[in-house]
Amino acid sequence: MATCSTPDALNSALSRAGYLPDAGISAAAFLADNMARPLFLEGEAGVGKTSLAAALAQTRGSELIRLQCYEGIDASQALYDWDFPRQLLHLRAIEAMGNGHIDVAAAESELYDERFLLARPILRALRTPRSVLLIDEIDRADDEFEAFLLEVLSDFTVSIPELGQVRADAAPLVVLTSNRTREVHDALKRRCFYHWVQHPSLEREVAILRRRLPEITERLANDVATAASRLRTAELIKPPGVAESLDWASALQALGCEQLDQGFAALTLGAALKYREDIERVEREGLSQVMAY
Amino acid sequence: MTTSSPNSGDYRGAGVVAERIDDAPTALVGFARALAAAGVAVCSTRTATYVAAARVLRSDQPGALYWAGRLSLTSSPDDLPIYDAVFETYFSLDPEHEQSTMRGQSPVVQASVPFTEDGGPSEDPAGADSDVLPPVIRARASAAEVLRNRDLASLSRAERQEMARLLQLLRPGLPVRRSRRRRSRATGQVDPRRTVRAMLAAGGELAAPRRHRPDTRPRRIVLLIDVSGSMAPYADALLRFAHVLARYRPNACEVFTIGTRLTRITGAMRMRDPDSALRAAAETIADYSGGTRLGEVLHAFLDRWGHRGTARGSVVAIFSDGWERGSADELAEQVARLGRLARTVVWVNPHKGATDYEPVQSGIVAVLPYVDHFVAGHSLAALEELLGVMRDA
Repeated sequence: MATCSTPDALNSALSRAGYLPDAGISAAAFLADNMARPLFLEGEAGVGKTSLAAALAQTRGSELIRLQCYEGIDASQALYDWDFPRQLLHLRAIEAMGNGHIDVAAAESELYDERFLLARPILRALRTPRSVLLIDEIDRADDEFEAFLLEVLSDFTVSIPELGQVRADAAPLVVLTSNRTREVHDALKRRCFYHWVQHPSLEREVAILRRRLPEITERLANDVATAASRLRTAELIKPPGVAESLDWASALQALGCEQLDQGFAALTLGAALKYREDIERVEREGLSQVMAY
Repeated sequence: MTTSSPNSGDYRGAGVVAERIDDAPTALVGFARALAAAGVAVCSTRTATYVAAARVLRSDQPGALYWAGRLSLTSSPDDLPIYDAVFETYFSLDPEHEQSTMRGQSPVVQASVPFTEDGGPSEDPAGADSDVLPPVIRARASAAEVLRNRDLASLSRAERQEMARLLQLLRPGLPVRRSRRRRSRATGQVDPRRTVRAMLAAGGELAAPRRHRPDTRPRRIVLLIDVSGSMAPYADALLRFAHVLARYRPNACEVFTIGTRLTRITGAMRMRDPDSALRAAAETIADYSGGTRLGEVLHAFLDRWGHRGTARGSVVAIFSDGWERGSADELAEQVARLGRLARTVVWVNPHKGATDYEPVQSGIVAVLPYVDHFVAGHSLAALEELLGVMRDA
């Protein structure tokens, strides 16, 4: 599929891929794609940051390449690494075949061959045309790693001393996500489009539920979305995201429930709320408070 | 991809891009400046992105201008209400570009008012006497020793200056934790990667095994400093103390002030000069010398920062006397929640240094079961003791 020419076109392409964006998200993704800038997404857990990246990959007819960040991640896990044990084996094999006489220069150039190169996510993304590179939870990585990313993301080139430069023909669409456990450096944010992803509106959430769970009744989708949006205003430790309402709806569906009532809600509340304090609080205040009627 | 290369051209600053835009970039640049004046960190790179993005989105729905700016000029959820307010005042009143450009000159007073309403610059603890030369203290050999044990609230102005200098000399030993990353060491587990690499370098000959062991990293420290009226005599010294820690561990120290609201001052605390750091902090603290709603503010801290990771596994020090105007139950609940997230919770109450102190305030009584250490922190010596508690946490 070609690059979408307007945000509306991208909006419908994303809808076809099963992701129902609002105006902000489609404008953000459209700009990131058109201006070849990374997209920096923040928002509560479970609002659909990662699934946006997956849907974007689908609209581009390409692959989603994911780099999960963690503390201590470095270039050899993000870019490339040499497969040392295999190189060693290869060297031994040459030695054995040549009865001790080896052509040093030839052996060396063979060792640093493409087949001993382990491509990590960023290098893979540069080599895969039209790919989407998801750099997940960048706030978990160290500051030094941000500086390194800044360098790669500014010119989409990686140089491997033994092989030469790898340059992306078309820059991949880069999506960064953060949970705000620490402030990401301003220099990195400045290169990106920043979008704060919010919980969807009630109508959109109903649409998402019905799109993702085709067998769900309209009544149940409506009930679950209403309950979820009420729970979000109840000052809980972890308000349910879209991911939780999807879980909740499919749990109810699995129990053969066609509309949300107190009995079913009490049985399945654990799909939506993940803290004992939250569940106790909702039960104390009365489950009827979150029901649609 | 329609644009040429991602790093060419687009970053050179608003001026360059503005020349290429055909319609009214001045209004857009004016908007960016209005936003900057209202407190959003806008720079020329971002302004350039904004102008370019507005051009790309131009032909579309009415929201295009809004989204082009919001996506390129903001960088934190804190920016969003400011953005919305400035956008409203700047664009909605008068669609004429000329007019809005005019307003771009001196605009934002309106939009920025809610954020600095009862602001503290005038009550600035550092700025008040910062342009006065520090008076000479005729010191006997033990003057510093005496000062070490004096209550921070009872210092004269000259002693205060001397205390600021002594605080600067603190060399804190701070807590560490084991990292996932390993560092090569003479002893420890065999490091297969480095060993194989060494063998490769030796042409495949067996080399002595290389070894590695887990490294240590600074453990995160979170300081929550009560700046309400009852804590005001200590606020200056405590903020200076926070500055020392923040400078010492810039990547592993978060500083917040609490009172009637939560203010993150980590950014200000990273400035090198303590007086400018305190001045910058005072500009952002709106509730200086106000009341205390510890429970609610801690709740906000945990929702917004603590729960997401800032408090996880960290050493949290709360500097407060526990005078709580809100509900003590709410405070206890939030401290209990904090205790489950953090490695250690230290409650620092300067009034504990008084000889006749009894923990009777409802707030203190409520939280004591949930804190790991309850210390005084009313003098330099007590702060040094606090550092010891934090290091061994």
